[in-house]
Amino acid sequence: MSELRYEAPASLKAAAALLAKEKGLAKILAGGTDVIVQMETDLIEPELLVDIKKIAVLRKITAEKGGFRIGAAVSGMEMMEHAALCKSWPGVLDGVKLIGSIQVKARATVAGNLCNGSPAADSVPPMITAGAVARIVGPKKTREVPVEEIPLSPGKTNLAKGEIIESFFLPKRPKNSGDAYERFTPRTEMDIAVVGVAINLTLDADGVCTAARVCLGAVAPTVIVSKECAAALVGTKVDQAALDKLAAAASAACRPIDDKRGTIEFRTKVAGVLARRVAVKALERARRIA
Amino acid sequence: MSKKHHLAMNVNGDDYEFLCETHQSLLDVLRDELMLTGTKEGCATGDCGACSVTLDGRLACSCLVLAVECEGAKIGTIEGMARGDVLHPLQRNFLELNGLQCGICTPGILIAARSLLERNPDPSETEIRYWLAGNLCRCTGYDKIIRSVQAAAKEMRGA
Amino acid sequence: MSAILEKPGFNPDRKYKIIGTSPVKHDGFDKVTGRAKFAADFFLPGMLIGKFLRSPHPHAFVRKIDVSRAEKLAGVKAVVTRDDFPELKPGTGGGDMSRIAMAREKVYWEGHPVAAVAAVSETIARKALKLIKVDYEVLPHVIDPVAAMAPNAPILHDYLRTKGVKGPDAEKKTNVVERLELSVGDAEEGFKEADVVVEHTYDTKPMHQGYIEPQSSVANVSEDGQVELWCCTQAPWVYRDRLTEILKLDSAKIRIQQSELGGGFGGKTTFYTEPVAILLSKKAKAPVKMTLTRVEVMKATGPVSGTQTRTKMGCKKDGTIVAADSELIFQTGPYTGSAFTNAPQAMFTRYELKNVKTVSYEVVSNRPKVSSFRAPCVPQAVFGVEDVVSELAKKIGMDPIDFRLKNAIKEGHKTIYGETFTKIGFIETLEAAKACDHYKSPVPKGQGRGVACGFWFNRGGETTGTVNLAPDGTVNIILGTADVAGSRMSMSMMAAEEFGIPVDRVRSILADTHSLGYNRVTAGSRTTFSSGMIVVDATRKIIAELTRRAAKIWGVPEDGVIFEDGHCRPASSNVGNFEPLSMKDIASKTTYTMGAISGHSEMNVTGAGPGFGLHIVDVKVDRETGLTQIMRYTVVEDAGKAISPMQVEGQYQGGAVQGIGWALNEEYIYGADGKLQNAGFLDYRMPVASDVPMIDTVIVEVPNPKHPFGLRGVGEVPVTPTMAAVGNAIGECIGIRPRSLPMTPPKVLKLIEEAEAKGLLPKH
Repeated sequence: MSELRYEAPASLKAAAALLAKEKGLAKILAGGTDVIVQMETDLIEPELLVDIKKIAVLRKITAEKGGFRIGAAVSGMEMMEHAALCKSWPGVLDGVKLIGSIQVKARATVAGNLCNGSPAADSVPPMITAGAVARIVGPKKTREVPVEEIPLSPGKTNLAKGEIIESFFLPKRPKNSGDAYERFTPRTEMDIAVVGVAINLTLDADGVCTAARVCLGAVAPTVIVSKECAAALVGTKVDQAALDKLAAAASAACRPIDDKRGTIEFRTKVAGVLARRVAVKALERARRIA
Repeated sequence: MSKKHHLAMNVNGDDYEFLCETHQSLLDVLRDELMLTGTKEGCATGDCGACSVTLDGRLACSCLVLAVECEGAKIGTIEGMARGDVLHPLQRNFLELNGLQCGICTPGILIAARSLLERNPDPSETEIRYWLAGNLCRCTGYDKIIRSVQAAAKEMRGA
Repeated sequence: MSAILEKPGFNPDRKYKIIGTSPVKHDGFDKVTGRAKFAADFFLPGMLIGKFLRSPHPHAFVRKIDVSRAEKLAGVKAVVTRDDFPELKPGTGGGDMSRIAMAREKVYWEGHPVAAVAAVSETIARKALKLIKVDYEVLPHVIDPVAAMAPNAPILHDYLRTKGVKGPDAEKKTNVVERLELSVGDAEEGFKEADVVVEHTYDTKPMHQGYIEPQSSVANVSEDGQVELWCCTQAPWVYRDRLTEILKLDSAKIRIQQSELGGGFGGKTTFYTEPVAILLSKKAKAPVKMTLTRVEVMKATGPVSGTQTRTKMGCKKDGTIVAADSELIFQTGPYTGSAFTNAPQAMFTRYELKNVKTVSYEVVSNRPKVSSFRAPCVPQAVFGVEDVVSELAKKIGMDPIDFRLKNAIKEGHKTIYGETFTKIGFIETLEAAKACDHYKSPVPKGQGRGVACGFWFNRGGETTGTVNLAPDGTVNIILGTADVAGSRMSMSMMAAEEFGIPVDRVRSILADTHSLGYNRVTAGSRTTFSSGMIVVDATRKIIAELTRRAAKIWGVPEDGVIFEDGHCRPASSNVGNFEPLSMKDIASKTTYTMGAISGHSEMNVTGAGPGFGLHIVDVKVDRETGLTQIMRYTVVEDAGKAISPMQVEGQYQGGAVQGIGWALNEEYIYGADGKLQNAGFLDYRMPVASDVPMIDTVIVEVPNPKHPFGLRGVGEVPVTPTMAAVGNAIGECIGIRPRSLPMTPPKVLKLIEEAEAKGLLPKH
């Protein structure tokens, strides 16, 4: 066990520099709800922790271009308490609300949920369907990356050494649109998604779906953005036929594994069930928000 | 030999200074360094809530916070819940309605319930159950815990 | 024999002042303020931290353990391995206990301790563990008990031969510890009378007791070998005697002080950290604290036996059950001691059965040694029996409770294990269930309702206690039975009732093992009953002494004094015109009478009244996902007499919710590598507050005539029928009754598909 150091820089630049020059394993400490558990259970032995919570810009939710910019160190509870954000992106908040207990959400961040690299992360599918874009700051440059491009495989992301997510941009909610996320777990709370489905859809004045994004969690090594599922909805009034097609497409899109949390067969079937339910919820919200 | 961190924080209104290693959690420091053992360890992975405290006013698992993160923080633990001789209404209702059996989860549940009632003085049964979902109890089956919180909430509302 | 066992003095007409009320538990104040001292809350000056090194393999020879590098690390004060334990013969009680504490020839499960370190900090102790080199020769492993019974299964112990087997198989190497047949009448003949026969097979999974407080102990061994030990235990005296056996100590040299117990449920009847902490302290010459992590608790402390069972019962058209036949396989971990014999004794003990055959097996495999849990080994068997009983009722068109009433046992029943019951409350319990609001209300649309019954023997056993009267007339009680949920308060209430004084004037404490004689473990729902007998007996001795002292003070014959409401009074005006003497009046004058007044009692308590319960549960099942939701739950159970009704309710509710967890989600998940995959609260899914509704209770009171207040133990029964009741409810809801625990969404969803295909799925 090598000695573990802790740094809490005041700027993003300093944080990126610390991460870039560290020779051993360096971890970003935001909420800590994954990193601390992994250290406690001997899964990782980092040599440096870079606490980004002292960087003021990362702690804010700000209005931007009719949408929202959410700092990477903003906690789940802070998002849940942001009335305008909750109103605009209820589906994103569906996911955030499911990240552990109240206690966990007091610390946990959406950036951490994403960077932990779990295909079962609850906030990731609705962030993707919302079209969230991450701003990633590195030692040399800053880049803007859609959230769906960040996870590469379980535990792995496309962030390079020294790169830090600074914030997420959630765009302006289009008119007549709604999003929703649901997951399946055996318990009501304190559980990991066996399957998760997020849908964001937009209707025209006649109630016809003009755009849809559908994302499936926990049914493949990374979250799945399913074009087939979206296609099942677009051009329909999200009626029974469309929902049947959506459910079939969701099940067909699954590439799950058998593990302690669920079986291939079960995950495949429930993905369809949830897709249908989530679509109905998103539809209701689209009608209401209109 | 590595040097420890020297920090200061406020617990239940009192200022404390302490030394800690980087990997030590707030829970470790409360219990092993400050000898405030009312906060309990059930899992050290944020899954049981026995270590619940308030951190700058927010309900958190002290096992999921590193002590080095707590410079200048205001911590609330079970030891600070009663005011002098007067128990908090939650404490008294847990006693009177048998909201505890073995008592190991009780400090965490009381801290969590207080945090709920500060935000929502009139929670429904469902709201109480979901707010306390992060606090495992294996003795009571939760029934009398929920009833104790309901009774305390009612009393605190003056209803 | 103590007089109280012969004449408990139960009086059905007695009006109680304190018994039957629910005053605030005295121990509760420290628990709501964070001041209660649980095991991990003990600190001693100079205390070291001890940590275990555990086997990563489920089955392997331990060839060599090299601790030299760990010993050299600065801050390490002691390292302990098998070489520090006295050699005890394998296959004996002590030999097995020693090997569970620390692996010797082999490791038998993933998580089996192979070494331990004491150091000045946890960080250094953890570093040191990484410097220990263990040379393993990995062996094939077997996790599943049925696989362990197969002819070519990996053999755990070369010495093991099946007890209870005759013929050539008796000499074969095996993983089957014992075959036990327990029967009455002739089952085969009995079935010939049956109009309807139902038979199914079942499997249940190991569940963990799930106490929130991980095991912890502090050991301090002096230079002359005197051991002081603080730990969370349900069994201080049992720990002492077993520690003396495996560490070769004198009992006089070990003193155990029990801490507040942060949940036990049977799991803290066996030690894990204690022998190792003692050896580390002895070697390091300093106090050592060892606290398990949650992962260690899950991987290396005893869960409950998983089972494979087959149960067959038959009845006549009128509802009379004529025969029962069952085969039960219990998994015990790598060593015997599952208490599996409880199952055949208890599984049918509710019904008047003339012909019963049971064959039970106990099987070793490469998983942690099982430990006790509420009604050890009984709920697993009841899971099947109460399904078969409900199906029989359905097949002949009878209400499930009426069917049970038709076959219910009553006073005078001779059990399969030979005991003849005195007054029992099974029929009253069934009648109370029929009359309760839940059962009378219609099953809500789309839901299913299940009922199931449970039984537990309730236990007595060796118990010791002392009641002391202080000069101010207050009373303190010294108990040896661990308090798992409020028994200290119940004891204070019983003493206060006998004395006729307010309960606030009585306080109970838990003794260390030097302060009282032997006390059996707090388990089997025996404590409130057994220690209650001790307290009442000791209290009565004090009352007798008080009357003697009053007689002396007044100069009258002893039979001229009566004691009531905390005072000695003249028995009649003929005795004389004396002002009543309070307990304080007499106790404050002991210098002038005959010295201090205290009552002591010790006995092997008998007469525990058996307990019966019935659970009613309504469930809703999501037909698209197989998810079961508990909508309404009622526990009906005979308490004999509820000393503190709120505490009794708490036992009913807590037992039921543990059973709900076992029914729906809790299980040990092993990979093909023999390693446990869900060793933590995240994936070992115990019920959280939002998973369950309020749990309604009906306390039935059919007094146990062998107890002064008529009480029966209440802790075990509430978990015995739960899984069966939930299973029956799911069966009603979806048309096929699940017979494999836990009844998870994937399993239930498959049954829904099967029911649909067979046209069994009820229409909502």
